[in-house]
Amino acid sequence: MRNYLRLYIISALFFLAATLIFGLLASWAFLYPETYNKFLPFYQLRPFHVSAALFWIISGATAGVLFYKNGELVPGKANPITEKLFIYTWLATIVVIFACYALKKFGGREYWEFPPVLSMPLLVSWLFLIASYFIPIVKSTRDKPMYIWMWGTGIFFFMITFIEQNLWQIPWFRYSYLREVTVQWKANGSLVGSWNQMIYGTSLYLMVKISGNENIARGKTVFMFYMLGLTNLMFNWGHHIYNVPTASWIRDTSYVISMTEWIFLLKMIHDFRSTLEDIKRLKHLITYRFIIASEVWVFFNLLLTLAMSIPAINRYTHGTHITVAHSMGATIGINTMILLGSFSYMLGIDKMSESFRKNIITNYWICQASLVVFWGCLIVAGFLKGYRSVTLNIKTFQEVMMPVMPVLKAFSWAAIPMAISLIIISGMYIYRAGTMKAEIE
Amino acid sequence: MFRLWIILFSVFVVYTCFVYTCCDQKNAPSTPPDSRVNAGWTLWQEKNCQSCHQVYGLGGYLGPDLTNTAGDPYKGEKYIYSFIKNGTGKMPNFNLNDSEVNNLVAFLVWVDRSGKNIVPKEKVTWTGNYNLDN
Repeated sequence: MRNYLRLYIISALFFLAATLIFGLLASWAFLYPETYNKFLPFYQLRPFHVSAALFWIISGATAGVLFYKNGELVPGKANPITEKLFIYTWLATIVVIFACYALKKFGGREYWEFPPVLSMPLLVSWLFLIASYFIPIVKSTRDKPMYIWMWGTGIFFFMITFIEQNLWQIPWFRYSYLREVTVQWKANGSLVGSWNQMIYGTSLYLMVKISGNENIARGKTVFMFYMLGLTNLMFNWGHHIYNVPTASWIRDTSYVISMTEWIFLLKMIHDFRSTLEDIKRLKHLITYRFIIASEVWVFFNLLLTLAMSIPAINRYTHGTHITVAHSMGATIGINTMILLGSFSYMLGIDKMSESFRKNIITNYWICQASLVVFWGCLIVAGFLKGYRSVTLNIKTFQEVMMPVMPVLKAFSWAAIPMAISLIIISGMYIYRAGTMKAEIE
Repeated sequence: MFRLWIILFSVFVVYTCFVYTCCDQKNAPSTPPDSRVNAGWTLWQEKNCQSCHQVYGLGGYLGPDLTNTAGDPYKGEKYIYSFIKNGTGKMPNFNLNDSEVNNLVAFLVWVDRSGKNIVPKEKVTWTGNYNLDN
């Protein structure tokens, strides 16, 4: 493994650890704001947590893409210079972003709360990634499997949605609040779709490599599901703004497109038996264990997403902790699991000693068990908030939240073992990456 | 395959243009923000108010949704002013001067005029969708 890529993998794992530490602190700051306001207020902890999570997912996904793509190219076609430019610019900007948060310098919008000028170096670094991915891939004459398309789609759409996310800086977009908020959440919704393309592409790549069956990534079925995913990326963002009084065709389009996600769910149910056979055959591999955990979480998150995509149900769930369950279930249960599977593969974790592997498996199970409680608490909290504010129409915020707080306390307790187990896993992976023999660049 | 991709992408581009220009339900531009509203909006972001407060259900969960607080007959502008100026146990005092607090209030008044955050039950149709046109 090249040294700069190793540095990138280690940085991504540090972002994961940072996400968990800041998330844990933020969950307790939410419960006891009066205490935390004196030294580390919630409004400062949340951007640390959210940005670290975004950078973990995006860095983890792109690390995999950069690592795996070289194996798909005609030898000698990779361009390490643009790869290095991407990695160093990206990481340097992230350091500045965290420094800004430490100094309480904000100014951006939801999820990207740093001063908006820092969007520029992030965008420039992304252009280096685009160059390092597309130029050699286009030159490659080989018949391209679907994961190559998915990675390319993710990289391309991240750029588009990231630019769109920054359109609020043009005054015309701010002339109407409804327009501003619509464009903002159109971008945020599709942004998630773009990194999902990269991550699901990696999951597909890993399944091909583990099973040795190249056909998984080729053919009409995988193409159909790719197009369905792409359609959802482009048009299924409206559930974020169902209650915003925009033009009704925005709601109609999203509602119709979101219902196509039933096809994903039915496919999972249809494939259940063959998945069970794969589990029996491949469960000794840590990489596969993480992939299968992500599939279980995809199933449960899809059920939740489908429910939330129906406006009549969204009316109760919107702005409640069910939305948090949806995003955390996806980022931890799906994205983090696939990325840890990907890192296991890149770092050769399955070739490590028995005790090393056992330690990871123990923490894997602690993480899964605590994530079930964590996720369940958020759903219960969201249900209570929705019921009390919409059905009972309680007007006072404190009164609405009264029975919700004990559930959130249980959530914060469940977060402790989950965070510790994932921090241990990331620490072990950092150790492994640090001790791997580096290739001469 | 690439041809199909281009067709879908073209539809996306056209749809995006429609969203940018026609997403406002009334199909007419709402009152653009004046300098006070813009200053308040900038301050809203610089102080990271969205970390704790939602507008249209989007944002943090520590404090209440503020979409229609300015237009609430039991709360209103003075109520918002007093909360921002003094803070509470849960909400830190950001030590803003009068002009900054007034700008934030002006921003929330402008947001309140853009629409209602809660969708009334009678707006839900048999399809499970909303009808907000009437």
